[in-house]
Amino acid sequence: MTKLIYFAWVRERIGKAEEEVELPAEVRTVRDLLMWLKSRGEEFESALQHPEVIRVAINQEHVDHREEIGGAREIALFPPMTGG
Amino acid sequence: MSVVPVVRIQAGDFDVAAEIALISAGKADVGAVVTFTGLCRDEAGTLAALELEHYPGMAEAEITRIAQEALARWPLAGITAIHRFGKIRPGENIVLVVTASRHRQAAFDAANFLMDYLKSRAPFWKKEHLVDGSEGSWVDAKDSDDAAAARWAKS
Repeated sequence: MTKLIYFAWVRERIGKAEEEVELPAEVRTVRDLLMWLKSRGEEFESALQHPEVIRVAINQEHVDHREEIGGAREIALFPPMTGG
Repeated sequence: MSVVPVVRIQAGDFDVAAEIALISAGKADVGAVVTFTGLCRDEAGTLAALELEHYPGMAEAEITRIAQEALARWPLAGITAIHRFGKIRPGENIVLVVTASRHRQAAFDAANFLMDYLKSRAPFWKKEHLVDGSEGSWVDAKDSDDAAAARWAKS
């Protein structure tokens, strides 16, 4: 099982802060994950309609969309950051 | 002597003078301390508060990674970075960066670098709450912040 965590407007549009999922074997990269999530319903479609803007962290480190997911325990999806 | 950065993610306020005293305490070779404090603006009277959401765990980890990179680039005697989360009203503090070094240039440059990287890489998001009672929108990331971070990239 992989823990998915959502922040800011990604969280609001999906309608939950986190979930545990069993990722299908064909989901190998971050890009695959975004495409698979997008197909899970309207709320995911709305949150991920522009997947290229979504930032992703695996095990609490930034990764790009080509990164292999491997055995990630925790994957977070969020908009570009606006701290500071 | 290896420097361990001080990184705190907290809901409460911080005391800038106390942090300056702490970073230089017992270090007689510190000749320069630079601080940057980021405050919440009122956006011409329209903003009641900012709500800062963060990714617990990663926020500390990412700011520590940024601080380690600053330590590798400049001869620093200390780094402190404090970022608040939760509801913050106009005039209140959001973020503090303190750098200490023998000479001023390293402390100035490192503080500038830390803020540029922190804005584009630390997992925090701001939502506006407006004076008229409505929930405003999520603050958009600025391309200028990415450009500010990119200018530190090593060629």
